[in-house]
Amino acid sequence: MSDHNEIDHVSGRSTTGHEWDGIKELNTPLPRWWVLTFYATIVWAIGYWVVYPAWPLVSGYTTGLFQYSTRASVSTDLADLEKLRGEKMAVLGNASLADIEKDPALLALARARGKTVFADNCAPCHGSGGAGAKGFPNLNDDDWLWGGSLDQIMQTIQFGARSGHAKTHEGQMLAFGRDGVLKKDEIVTVANYVRSLSGLSTAPKFDAAAGKKLFTENCTSCHGDNGKGNPELGAPNLTDQIWLYGSDEETLVETITNGRAGVMPAWVGRLDPVTVKALAVYVHSLGGGK
Amino acid sequence: MNKPVSPDELITDEDGPLYAPRKKVYPQSVSGRFRSIKWRLMAVCLGVYYLLPFVRWNRGLGAPDQAVLIDFPNRRFYFFFIELWPQEIYYFTGLLVLAALALFLMNALGGRIWCGYLCPQTVWTDLFYAVERLVEGDRRAQIKADAGPMTAKRAGRRVLKHAIWLMIAWWTGGAWVLYFADAPTLVRDLATFQAPAIAYVWIAILTASTYLLAGYMREQVCVYMCPWPRIQAALTDEWALNVTYKYDRGEPRCSVKKAFDIRALGEKAGDCIDCNQCVAVCPTGIDIRDGAQLGCIQCGLCIDACDAVMTKVSRRTGLIGYDNDINVQRRIAGKEEVFKSVRARTVVYAGLITVVCAVMLYALMSRTLLDVNVLHDRNPIAVRLSDGATRNGYTLRFLNKRGFDRVIAIDIDGPAEAKLHVIGADSVTPDRPMIVLGRDATTELRVLVTAPFDEKAEKSVPVTFRITDIGLGEVASATDHFVLP
Repeated sequence: MSDHNEIDHVSGRSTTGHEWDGIKELNTPLPRWWVLTFYATIVWAIGYWVVYPAWPLVSGYTTGLFQYSTRASVSTDLADLEKLRGEKMAVLGNASLADIEKDPALLALARARGKTVFADNCAPCHGSGGAGAKGFPNLNDDDWLWGGSLDQIMQTIQFGARSGHAKTHEGQMLAFGRDGVLKKDEIVTVANYVRSLSGLSTAPKFDAAAGKKLFTENCTSCHGDNGKGNPELGAPNLTDQIWLYGSDEETLVETITNGRAGVMPAWVGRLDPVTVKALAVYVHSLGGGK
Repeated sequence: MNKPVSPDELITDEDGPLYAPRKKVYPQSVSGRFRSIKWRLMAVCLGVYYLLPFVRWNRGLGAPDQAVLIDFPNRRFYFFFIELWPQEIYYFTGLLVLAALALFLMNALGGRIWCGYLCPQTVWTDLFYAVERLVEGDRRAQIKADAGPMTAKRAGRRVLKHAIWLMIAWWTGGAWVLYFADAPTLVRDLATFQAPAIAYVWIAILTASTYLLAGYMREQVCVYMCPWPRIQAALTDEWALNVTYKYDRGEPRCSVKKAFDIRALGEKAGDCIDCNQCVAVCPTGIDIRDGAQLGCIQCGLCIDACDAVMTKVSRRTGLIGYDNDINVQRRIAGKEEVFKSVRARTVVYAGLITVVCAVMLYALMSRTLLDVNVLHDRNPIAVRLSDGATRNGYTLRFLNKRGFDRVIAIDIDGPAEAKLHVIGADSVTPDRPMIVLGRDATTELRVLVTAPFDEKAEKSVPVTFRITDIGLGEVASATDHFVLP
């Protein structure tokens, strides 16, 4: 700053005395309101240090007078949410599965809850709309490995399939080829026979009688005499149009050779009972429920 | 370095500071034709604004009985017999178009009628000026007091003025929130401090804005903030009537006595006696004799002031009046005055207003009170069933804009032999599902359409959901597509 109290000709204001190439800098101090606001923010910051967690220490930090912590805040919010949800969810908890589907308000509530839970927990395998993928069943269709009634769906969600839980669904497709039960050409024959069950084309030299014999000897114990499957064992219906892994000969040979044992985790203990209930209603209402 | 010079010496007309400080305006009270028109319009405008929320309108049981209500929580707008849903926001677009056209028409006919008589900024500022004059005295008293020292009496008056201003401002904000909730209930809740916090917040905001805009900003809003004066200047033409100083008659200005002398010599003397009354009464502090200008809101108060003076000096009134440039030129040329309110511009504006009104009226009369929207499932878009059939899922949203429940039947027109199933609504007639729609509400349902296996089926066919009100026969439909996996 210069001591000059020089006045600029054009603006009538004083200059700082600094001059470059004949251009002089006007003395334009920060506006008072700005400076005062700036001081106010400093005061505010000091107050903030005092009442809120602020400074890191060697093993910890200054906690502040309010003892505020974001973790505690989240816990409180979550508790509030649970409380809020609890009142509504209690109604769901007390209603039977069938009653929920009959009451439009309860159904809407269960579907809303089920939808979010499904997106968080089920979508990674079954897809966001439950459309499934190879090895992961489509939940929109009417073909169910372990049964498609409300109770059966809830049972499957709770305990899973081959999940290791004591009450889980057991039963798996054996590895007929790997374990040496069937020879390679026998596997091809039985694969063609399985294709014929649902009206799919078969290989030109396929021996239907041999296929039927092999099927009766090896497969009917689980898939039933006519190949209609058995939901008790999770054995799929082989006569319909829905194939979990694929219906082409190559895939069927692979299935028969190495077996299949897809796993669905048990959700009991991870999701609370009311949530599982809502989820069952949601999955049932996707359209395939029986 | 230059020798220090006093800044006053340096400021010339050519290079003065770029900033023009505000000169406080002290409009003098005036009476006359335009003043009384303004008083009446002010009473009407403020009356409508303050009292409209209390007007009742019976809409039947369960519906609000407030004639004008913006019901945000329930997403409804009520205006007497009209009830609008958020989907129908385009009616407001239509209203805005109408408002703009009406403004243009007013401008083509009589200049800034809106600015001078109807604009909220003008109405409230006028009211605040009236309060100011009532408490602190007229123009001269105020100028004198402001120039003198602050006395206890003056301070008391000032406090009283601000108190009245704040009361008006508060009541302005108070009336505003009444449009958003049941007015009588809200008034009671506000008085007993039971009203929601947001109501108080909005009252505070509007109190502050009214107080600042009408008490402090005043003519600066019109001169610096408002876009309309700029647009107006581009929309006006030589036929539009504007508040005009008839310089052909007024110039050269001279006192009554001097005019008498000049006229005795047979020379021309103007009728303007340069009394400055037109400037004294002007709420924006301009001199109308400088011609049409941005700051002139054309309120006509200078006409009243000038007419009063002209009457006193026994001259013809109307030295300042609603006039236009064409007539000034015609009078100078010694021709008759002409006023043309029917001309291409006004006819086009009036025509457009009629067309927009007709379109809006038609849209309003023919709007459906039953509607359905359809949203196809995105994932999966199609499902293959175990027997080879195909199923598509849809979300249907029904809109029942009537004030009573109604039963509707859903039919589909789509792929051959397609069946419809409604999730969660077991109907007594499974082939033609019927459901109940709640009054004045939307209902959302998930439906499944299943078509049997058909080798020749197309990959995608349109499917139409048609809903029929069983009682009234009203029909609505929505179309989407049915696709194969």
